[in-house]
Amino acid sequence: MLKTFSHNSVVRRIGAAALTLLGVAIFVFIMLRAIPGNQITAGLGTEAAALTPAQKLALEQYYGLDQPLVVQFFSWLGNLFTGNLGFSARAQQSVLDLTVASLPVTFELAIFSIVLALLIGIPLGMLSASKPDSPRDALGQIVGLAGLSIPAFLLATALLSVLASSLGFNPNGQAFASLFGDPLLNLQQMLLPSLVLGFGIAAPIMRTTRTAVLEVRSNDFIRTARAKGVPPRRLQLKHVLGNALVPIVTMTGLQFGYLLGGAVVVEQIFSLPGIGRQVLLGIQQKEYALVQSTVLVIALTFVIVNLLTDLTYRLIDPRVRAS
Amino acid sequence: MTDLAPAPVGPTPRTGSVAAGRFRALLRSPSGLSGAIIVSLLVLLTFASYFSLLSYDPIAQDPPSRLLAPSFTHLFGTDQFGRDVFSRVAAGVANSALIAVVAVTFATVIGTMGGLIAGFFRGIPDVAIGGVTNVLFAFPPLLLALALVSVFDRNWFTIAVAIAIVYVPIFIRVTRGPVLSLREVEYVKAATSTGASRIAVMMRHVLPNITSIIIIQVTLSLSWAVLTEASLSFLGLGAPPPTPSLGSMIFEARTLVYIAPWTMIAPGVIVVLLVVGLNLLGDGLRDILDPRNKGKR
Repeated sequence: MLKTFSHNSVVRRIGAAALTLLGVAIFVFIMLRAIPGNQITAGLGTEAAALTPAQKLALEQYYGLDQPLVVQFFSWLGNLFTGNLGFSARAQQSVLDLTVASLPVTFELAIFSIVLALLIGIPLGMLSASKPDSPRDALGQIVGLAGLSIPAFLLATALLSVLASSLGFNPNGQAFASLFGDPLLNLQQMLLPSLVLGFGIAAPIMRTTRTAVLEVRSNDFIRTARAKGVPPRRLQLKHVLGNALVPIVTMTGLQFGYLLGGAVVVEQIFSLPGIGRQVLLGIQQKEYALVQSTVLVIALTFVIVNLLTDLTYRLIDPRVRAS
Repeated sequence: MTDLAPAPVGPTPRTGSVAAGRFRALLRSPSGLSGAIIVSLLVLLTFASYFSLLSYDPIAQDPPSRLLAPSFTHLFGTDQFGRDVFSRVAAGVANSALIAVVAVTFATVIGTMGGLIAGFFRGIPDVAIGGVTNVLFAFPPLLLALALVSVFDRNWFTIAVAIAIVYVPIFIRVTRGPVLSLREVEYVKAATSTGASRIAVMMRHVLPNITSIIIIQVTLSLSWAVLTEASLSFLGLGAPPPTPSLGSMIFEARTLVYIAPWTMIAPGVIVVLLVVGLNLLGDGLRDILDPRNKGKR
């Protein structure tokens, strides 16, 4: 009985995510329509003014702009489903090919950043919580506040200029190396960007860890475990951290959005050919098809990550499954 | 997280003494006090810049005095065009503040109304507003701002609108939860049963009880809005030049950082101070206003 219920709620959650994605597609489509002009003026620029009415009509028919909006929307949606995300005139490549190349770079960056953030945030949060209102708590809080307040672009720019000039360390000055092509150079190129992003996410993770650990520690079962003589380290790691994990996982999942947004800034500064940079290049070069499709891909990724976080959360916390 | 039930304090009108007491409590908390001081100083700087009280015009170029180090005549030195960095930073803060305040005001009004309607009326409005919220939440915040800004004709107002659209769903989510629990509270039911219109009940009895949650959210959103605006202008998608903006100043300073480090340090420190100040103020407000903290240290 319990199992069917939780199964149904998972199905419902997936259904809701699918509906949200449809909404996202509509929103992106409306945004595409909101751009002053259309594909023709965007593609031709000022030369569009020189088109004769007949030429204009022919182009509109070619792009399907003479169809009603609803028809245009569904034909666009149909194209998306068949993997036709549009074509980038500047890159002379399909947006799908560009995305297939750039998405793994951003994923790699995201994974490194999250690992670094957890490595910084969890110990710091536990340190802060180990003695509230002490100097070490203050230290943790200050690092947390710094992480929340120092913009990624400032930290990245400062790190890059200081390290490149004083130590001559600038692996990002070279052409991008893929993880499987030249792993050593790739890891060097990923180091600073993931540190910058990781530092930004470490702050909320640290704060969440601190609050969750303080909350868990006030529970009776911790006192019982301590009275039973559970060694302190085991108590901290298994009993306290184990139970504080749910909010930490949730917070980490929520930070994925920050990560994808921050990736735009950080990839630009460190010249990483990821999905964020693809959006920015599209905006700078006024390639709207590229921008809209890439934004859609990023939103899709974000929705899927949120869904997975939600499902993981059910997996690690039996209470959520039951309720 | 959003299902917190605010302490039902009843529809008491906010009196001056309550507000004054809370203000004193804010100044007693270390984070609240430091936040208030930093923010007040920066607000002063903003006014000085608005009313042109500073000795230099932030966009007037003066080639003979380019890249001067900080001194008494140029507090933060000058940039590559001989413009006074202090005046530019002040104008940058003023611009960021304008955009952040307008954006957060829009987001607060629209988001709070949305959250109130969704939580109080439930049913179709709730489903519709919830759907829009979910769709907007499906975009990473900075990316949504970026995409919107690329669509609009860029000036300070459209940037503010783009940032506002990003923050509307946050306000909807933050207010809807408490409203859901408030509508079940006795005095709200009592007010409804006296025959008061539902909108009147919503505005008079529910809204006043979620103000503390909104105030905290406003402060935190202001700091995010400042960061978003700075990031956009760093990426070249802020207000077009020569409008001084902290983000674009930092971008321009990249190549100058070795010969004139002050061109990066000044706007960098100020943007961090602005965000730190707002965050501290938000933390201080949360400590005194959030009912979840009652009884905690």
